[in-house]
Amino acid sequence: MSPETNPPPVTVIEVENLVTHYGDREILKGVTLDVREGEIMVIMGGSGSGKSTLLRHLMALETKTSGTMRILGQDIDTLDQRQFFDLRKKMGVAFQGGALFSSMTIGENVMLPLYEHTDLDPMTMDIMTRMKLEVVELGGFEDLMPSELSGGMIKRAAFARAIVMDPKILFCDEPSAGLDPVVASALDDLILLLRDAMQMSIVVVTHELESAFKIADRITILDRGHILMVGTVDEVRNSSNERVYNLLNRVPEDDSMDMDEYLHRLTGVEVNKDAAL
Amino acid sequence: MSETSPANPFVRFFDRVGRATVSGVEEIGHGGVLIGECFYWLFYGPRVKQPVRLGSVFHQMMEIGIHAIPIIGLLVAAIGAMLAIQGIHTLRIFGAESRVTIGIAFSVVREFAPLIIGILIAGRSGSALAARIGTMKINQEIDALKVMGVNPVRFLVVPSLIAMVIMVPALTVFGDIVGLVAAGLYVNADLGISMAAFFHDIVDILTVDDILHGLGKSVLFAILIAVIGVVNGAGVVGGADGVGKATTRSVVQAISAIVITDMLFAFVATR
Repeated sequence: MSPETNPPPVTVIEVENLVTHYGDREILKGVTLDVREGEIMVIMGGSGSGKSTLLRHLMALETKTSGTMRILGQDIDTLDQRQFFDLRKKMGVAFQGGALFSSMTIGENVMLPLYEHTDLDPMTMDIMTRMKLEVVELGGFEDLMPSELSGGMIKRAAFARAIVMDPKILFCDEPSAGLDPVVASALDDLILLLRDAMQMSIVVVTHELESAFKIADRITILDRGHILMVGTVDEVRNSSNERVYNLLNRVPEDDSMDMDEYLHRLTGVEVNKDAAL
Repeated sequence: MSETSPANPFVRFFDRVGRATVSGVEEIGHGGVLIGECFYWLFYGPRVKQPVRLGSVFHQMMEIGIHAIPIIGLLVAAIGAMLAIQGIHTLRIFGAESRVTIGIAFSVVREFAPLIIGILIAGRSGSALAARIGTMKINQEIDALKVMGVNPVRFLVVPSLIAMVIMVPALTVFGDIVGLVAAGLYVNADLGISMAAFFHDIVDILTVDDILHGLGKSVLFAILIAVIGVVNGAGVVGGADGVGKATTRSVVQAISAIVITDMLFAFVATR
């Protein structure tokens, strides 16, 4: 290898041919995807495209029908319980609603992973908690309860809890949903800061185009359980794919349905076109 | 299997009964698995650095047991006095009201204290457990725990189960004492039998078996309340409406299970 050649990017998540069902319904139809070290991968798609399901799979919260998934080089199907817990410690998640524990203060919420997974003394845990809260600009709020915070503050507190163990991978589900543009933009800046300052690989699921274009290194567009395209912001913006264009330009989908299929859905009775003729 | 309902009303009825039966059996299965998981995490958890935190157990013991003492004291005292009133009224027909102590002793210790306390804890703590777990589920707090590498059964369920198994029998002992004292006070006021004589009779009548009978039941009730609360909470779908339904369901199921278990226990233990 010549000195000028860049080494290939290190992959932290590799998903191959992932298929998943809810009951009889196929949600993900052979998704193949990789997330590289230190990048922000944004997953976008319309409602029902399967992006939340994909995120839950990436966080190892769902059972897949088939396919393989490697996280930080480990095939999650081959891990024993202890290895699985160790892997979990390298992941953080900021859910859409924050998912803070309502019976605990903000400080206790952020400290919980340290309390559960480390043997640090309480004073050190307290200092680390305050540091992470400072990172998300919530210093001094540690004694408040989640119910006393605004929506934006709850999301930032969730980020503080997600990064308290310095995870290698951070998952964010709709980080800017339901926030005013100023607060949403501040959260985008926070995500960029976490990537740059802590070299985290970050997977973000979002509907917000502006936010996606601001933070993404690469974007995955998901459509009806398939990956439509994976590319940089410019590649996605300049895509000639009609469905990508429709998504980016908020063009409503053509939802016209075949009448026989509509009747079949309503009645459960198979309509035989030939018999009707 | 098709999800569409059959057209024939009879077939539809049996279809519904069948589905409800399968769902019921499934829930009982969940409960069994949950108890197994609790034992697993209790004993194996420390090996994978997931010990059950004593602090959480004590917190739950406070919630389930200590905070319930005033209402339990009040209700069991009322039951004790009520047994004395009814017992004296009934035995007066035969002129044997002085023998009321026998009925009170057996009724309070073997039956009413564990039953009333079980029902009260089901309504107070079982419902709270279902609501807490249901709310945590719809708020994705359970998912957050999983992603953090914290097993939800170990973190949420085992402390509640242990606290329940310790506190329900402890409250039953407390209830025995309060119920008997309240009954003794009424007997003293109505029949003029001194408290010392009343308790002398009680000690003569009751055996260790009678006390263990009540305590044995209370342990079973505790397990039922915890498991039913958790299974219903974990099964919540939808939003706040789902939590409300699960909470109501858990109370109804727990009270039904307690009453039926009480009857079966009494039948088996008195043969």
